[in-house]
Amino acid sequence: MEEKNELNKILIDDTLYETNLTSSYINRKKYIPKNPKKVFSVIPGLILDVFVKEGQSVKDGDKLLVLEAMKMKNSITSPLNGKIKTVNVSQGESVPKGFLLIELE
Amino acid sequence: MSLKDKILEFFSLKSKVQIGGSEKAVEKQKAMGKMTARDRINALLDSGSFHEYDLFVEHKGKDFGMEKKQLPADGVVTGTGTIWGRPVSIYAQDFTVAGGSLGLAHARKITKIMDHAIKMGMPLIGINDSGGARIQEGVNSLAGYGEIFYRNTLASGVIPQISVILGPCAGGAVYSPALTDFVFVVDNISKMFITGPEVIKTVLNEDISMEDLGGAKVQTEVTGNAHFYAKSELECFKQIIKLITYIPWNNKKKADTFDSKPPNQKFDIENIIPTDSRMPYDVRDIIRAFCDDSDFFEIQEKWAANIVIGFARVEGKTIGIVANQPLALAGVLDVDSSDKAARFIRFCDSFNIPLVTLVDLPGYLPGVDQEHAGVIRHGAKVLYAYSEATVPKITIIMRKAYGGGYIAMCSRHLGADFVFAWPTAEIAVMGPEGAANIIFRKEITTAEDPDAVRQEKVAEYTAKFANPYVAAANGHVDAVIEPGETRKTLIHSLHVSENKNEKHIDRKHGIAPC
Repeated sequence: MEEKNELNKILIDDTLYETNLTSSYINRKKYIPKNPKKVFSVIPGLILDVFVKEGQSVKDGDKLLVLEAMKMKNSITSPLNGKIKTVNVSQGESVPKGFLLIELE
Repeated sequence: MSLKDKILEFFSLKSKVQIGGSEKAVEKQKAMGKMTARDRINALLDSGSFHEYDLFVEHKGKDFGMEKKQLPADGVVTGTGTIWGRPVSIYAQDFTVAGGSLGLAHARKITKIMDHAIKMGMPLIGINDSGGARIQEGVNSLAGYGEIFYRNTLASGVIPQISVILGPCAGGAVYSPALTDFVFVVDNISKMFITGPEVIKTVLNEDISMEDLGGAKVQTEVTGNAHFYAKSELECFKQIIKLITYIPWNNKKKADTFDSKPPNQKFDIENIIPTDSRMPYDVRDIIRAFCDDSDFFEIQEKWAANIVIGFARVEGKTIGIVANQPLALAGVLDVDSSDKAARFIRFCDSFNIPLVTLVDLPGYLPGVDQEHAGVIRHGAKVLYAYSEATVPKITIIMRKAYGGGYIAMCSRHLGADFVFAWPTAEIAVMGPEGAANIIFRKEITTAEDPDAVRQEKVAEYTAKFANPYVAAANGHVDAVIEPGETRKTLIHSLHVSENKNEKHIDRKHGIAPC
């Protein structure tokens, strides 16, 4: 905890309190609303196979690609009925966590 | 062989084992700023009080060349001794012997001294400095860990258990400290994690150093796994020695009583606390204003700073203090501060230490991250711990006590024995601004000058509810006291609570939220 000097403010029930902020509060994860049209990698890994092309129509549950991570072959499926807008990965590519793999429209 | 020869032979056998690992290994240990296992024990315990057992224990490993290896004391020193004349059981892993690796014989030395500690009702101190499982022993090494965890759990709430991390403590091994009451770490020396940087790099391709992953700072500031941080091993031992003075030998005893000392005059509550409840102050100065010698022994100082926990004495007797800290996040309850408070409350309850709760909080921390991190079940731990506790429970409402926060902070409704409030207390469902905006929403929004009406209504609500007298009129507060009378009031209420005898309905155990 930082010592005084410059105090911050925090709003609780319409009241502004003067206080110090903790590092865990400052570094907290901001909430980002989910966009089902964007398919992100939830774990870093290797793209083993890509089954779809840009412009292709897909149904909810269709296989999009296979991501190998922690010795598991994870099938990544389409979250909705739609059309592939972009495919950002190709076979043999390594991706980090949180990488935008495929975008639907 | 003459008796003299026998004794000389014994000396030679003993000194061979007591040296520990090779000269090179001892040198390496010292180069890292670490003491050897026996030096650590001697530095921590009263001079000359250590009695070692199982010095000649040998392992039974017979695979991978282990049958040819002799490991002095099997890599762990165990025994009993005293701190300030009070008995303790202790073990210290010896990193200079096979990296302090844990095989079955090593583990059985530890469990034997644990069994002693439980039977004799004395605190257990474990000094961890080990590379992990002795892989050559296979499942026997895992059996050893399991037998330690089992005893850690059975001893929980029976004898105080202290873990000192003076080296690596990784993988399954970290669960022993996690099951104990207080974990001590030292800068640059302690390393705790389940999976190390190498595995993380291989599996997740994430780069992190051992220090950043599970070093002393991280464990005391980020994870809350450790309770005390020190810059050196000697400073760490001083902290342990001080802690021992505040706690009893076991759950059937009370902590020792010391001479009563008045607090330092420079801490004057009336000068510390701002009447504007939106302004902060350091609640630790309030504690120093009423406890003996103004000496407050804080626990988990850097983690979840919005709640303060620790030991102090009043008239020479140990009390456990839980206090909202307006200086950090306005003193709100959140996931981490709830965990921190709940575990401490349960420790105090197990070991007959009266609880003094100082209340000044605006409520719970709002946020998606908090809700999604489970602030409901974490917050519930505080309610559970306070309700369950049968030690004397004394609550002082200093300023704000709003909503669920008021209930949670050891209110009368959770079984507080005495609830006192200062004239600055505001006991209400929420702060005046929030309340006025809800109760008078229509009047405010339809008014020609909404701000003027809002201010008027806020003032009206403040006058009516932002005080201790409504709660006092209902008996939820026992007495409104002058801040300057706090020590006197505490001394009396602790005195009359001394023989408190409260029993709950017999049950195997409750199902605490976790």
